Amino acid sequence: MIVFAVASVTSRKMLRSVIYLLFVLVGIAGLYFLIDYNFLAAIQLTVYAGGIIVLIIFSVLLVHHIELELEIAKFSKQLVTAFCCLIGLGVFLFTIYSYEFNPIENKISTTTADIGTLLLSYEDGGFILPFEVISVLLLAAMIGAIIIAKGNKLTDTNTPSK
Amino acid sequence: MITGISIYEILTVTSILFFIGVYGFLTRKNLISILISVEIILNASVINFVIINKYLYPDMLQGVVFSIFIIAVAAAETALAVSIIINLYRQISSVEVKETEIMKY
Repeated sequence: MIVFAVASVTSRKMLRSVIYLLFVLVGIAGLYFLIDYNFLAAIQLTVYAGGIIVLIIFSVLLVHHIELELEIAKFSKQLVTAFCCLIGLGVFLFTIYSYEFNPIENKISTTTADIGTLLLSYEDGGFILPFEVISVLLLAAMIGAIIIAKGNKLTDTNTPSK
Repeated sequence: MITGISIYEILTVTSILFFIGVYGFLTRKNLISILISVEIILNASVINFVIINKYLYPDMLQGVVFSIFIIAVAAAETALAVSIIINLYRQISSVEVKETEIMKY
């Protein structure tokens, strides 16, 4: 997973980088399967590996010639960025390893019904409001995407009437 | 939980993934590559939510619900970004960051 992530941000061929990202996402779905959250793994596979990857591949194919080599940053800039990232990673790891976690041994397996009940419950700790808000957000994003992508034609039809 | 793998190791993996995403975000010069890096960063944070929920509070489901919301928001964000990129390409025939000077036509 790590190897594919590195390959995905350093590969110079656009399409290969997208495919490496696909491998990373499938690996993450495998991690969810390992910790027994099957529903989340299924969501990961359908939304990311199925939806987002296809969207990105579409945009790559529309925008680029496939074999186009990407322009990469200057080597000094790469070095500085890698150094900063390593410092940040060191801080993260130091914090993680100096904190005492108390993992609870468990074999509880979560069913999809539990998640659904929690998402739609009105009581304390229920998530009905964010659930509805997220559905409105998805609708707004859909309309926004259509309007942005069609922007030229809409303005073209408006201009002759002036 | 996974037997034999402690929470520290998984958190290490996700922090490495996060900083790979940050590195890609800062070094790439292409809008679509930046989008890919953002996806990696978001996924690292989603794994953190799920892992901490599973290892420390296994009887609750808040982490799972939040990660579902994060995934939904990420999907919306990607759709919008792709439409913006395609529109931008139709206007200036390029998706490089340095050539994107006008966002309002």
